[in-house]
Amino acid sequence: MAVDMRLPTIRKTVSLSVAAFDRKDLVVPGDVITSDTGFMRGHGTYVDEDKLTASVAGEVQRVDKLICVRPLKTRFNGEVGDVVVGRITEVQQKRWKVETNSRLDSVLLLSSVNLPGGELRRRSAEDELTMREYLQEGDLISAEVQSVFSDGALSLHTRSLKYGKLGQGVLVQLSPSLIKRQKTHFHNLPCGASIILGNNGFVWLYPTPGQQEEEAGGFYTSLEPVSLSDREVISRLRNCLLALSAHKVLLYDTSVLYCYESSLQHQVKDILKPEVMEEIVLLTQQKLLEQEG
Amino acid sequence: MATVQVSEAEKVYILHGIRDDLRVDGRGCEDYRHMEIETDVVSNTDGSAKVTLGHTAVLVGIKADIGKPRPLVPNEGYLEFFVDCSANATPEFEGRGGEELGTELSNTLYKVFNNKHSVDLKSLCICPGEHCWVLYVDVLLLQCDGNLYDAISIAIKAALFNTKIPRVRISTDEEGGKEIELSDDPYDCMRLNVENVPCIVTLCKVGHRHVVDATLQEKACSVASLIISVTHKGTVTCTRKVGGGSLDSESIFEMTELHHSCFTLSESIHLLSRPGSGWSSTST
Repeated sequence: MAVDMRLPTIRKTVSLSVAAFDRKDLVVPGDVITSDTGFMRGHGTYVDEDKLTASVAGEVQRVDKLICVRPLKTRFNGEVGDVVVGRITEVQQKRWKVETNSRLDSVLLLSSVNLPGGELRRRSAEDELTMREYLQEGDLISAEVQSVFSDGALSLHTRSLKYGKLGQGVLVQLSPSLIKRQKTHFHNLPCGASIILGNNGFVWLYPTPGQQEEEAGGFYTSLEPVSLSDREVISRLRNCLLALSAHKVLLYDTSVLYCYESSLQHQVKDILKPEVMEEIVLLTQQKLLEQEG
Repeated sequence: MATVQVSEAEKVYILHGIRDDLRVDGRGCEDYRHMEIETDVVSNTDGSAKVTLGHTAVLVGIKADIGKPRPLVPNEGYLEFFVDCSANATPEFEGRGGEELGTELSNTLYKVFNNKHSVDLKSLCICPGEHCWVLYVDVLLLQCDGNLYDAISIAIKAALFNTKIPRVRISTDEEGGKEIELSDDPYDCMRLNVENVPCIVTLCKVGHRHVVDATLQEKACSVASLIISVTHKGTVTCTRKVGGGSLDSESIFEMTELHHSCFTLSESIHLLSRPGSGWSSTST
């Protein structure tokens, strides 16, 4: 039995970038961005006595004449085409409500999911009554944002075979601003597990499925026990993700993989100790810098 | 307790993992999360401590006040517990939502300390039958991520160790009335002996095995838990069963065996709270 007890220390974030000051334009609420009145104000700004001031803490983005501030820590603001991982909170008439770490619960319409067997037909009253057999409260799904309602709520769809109900695995909840936008968010990592990096900050780790499960198309969840080696890989990845997010490192398949490799020398449960986290993140950042330049 | 929703497939994954002694975060069934203890954090209390166990954070403040001793035990002081589940921990505790949990925790603490050996209550007596020290122990939940009982008991032990009770002198004035005088020196105070203060160990039954220090997800998969408070010598002061599921006698026996091996937790806190211990991490 292991109990690790200690006195607390001041945490310091690991940062290798030397030119951090001139690279990003960081502001806090109340900071004056510019006194020039020729700019249009975008999100995260307001005009205070002819001066453009920031209302959130984040980095300033200038596009021609438009200035907006993108906050560093925020709820998920979805755009069309984003991949999200969400949890069903309610089953309503003809739709499900999905929690995706945004300001409002997202909506998954009954017409936006695939019927079993891949049939294409109009949804009947019977389909409405058997909604709960497919997705219940508490189930996890992966979906794509189809559109955004006028109040900001997202409308999701699972109209592809790669989306749908998620089976056995581990969910890690992180900040949405740490997930890098990429072409694909579904990765089969070479270390033996698969990962879905949802744009909303929810990351799903699961054992790489075998060949025969591809045909089921998201309706059949396997409840077979996962092997111990796969479990270890998934636990290690989970702890690595938490370590990277604690030190505010951008998350994408390469950074997660480098972090996994740097952590192999430690035991899985030791990764969450502060000094081990620092060491691993430092190694990861070094590798990333080497790869870039 | 704050609850999280878990899907059926996630429950199965957690269950199978615990069966194979590999939990979601890589711990074994008998491992605790990373723990940090700090004492003397609140300046206007007589003793305080803050414990962070994973993401669970608990703050305990102790204030010593002079009061009248209980009629049945005139030469002893006593402790009063109050647990405040603040809305900081989770939105479920907003308004009166945290009251039920708070009363449950305080009642358990009363039972745990309701014996002659945990705290030397006789040392809290000033004048038998008339004046005694009352220690008001206030527990504040800052963050809730499972395993509240353990964190609270560790914080209380650390705060009691940190408590400085001023020395008082009783003098009789002309009419025969008693007067209590506090000494002028602010550093002249009495410390409590916390050797026998028990620590609570919670074991959650998940599937057919039990885990120590369950997170909220693991708690959602468990049906029952056994709470035992134990001192560093192995004496048990209180047992409670929480949860709607049932435990059969064999599993209770197994869990008690495990609890006895967990009293080393109490021992390691004892080592940490020795005066003069600086940066030390103990592992058993």
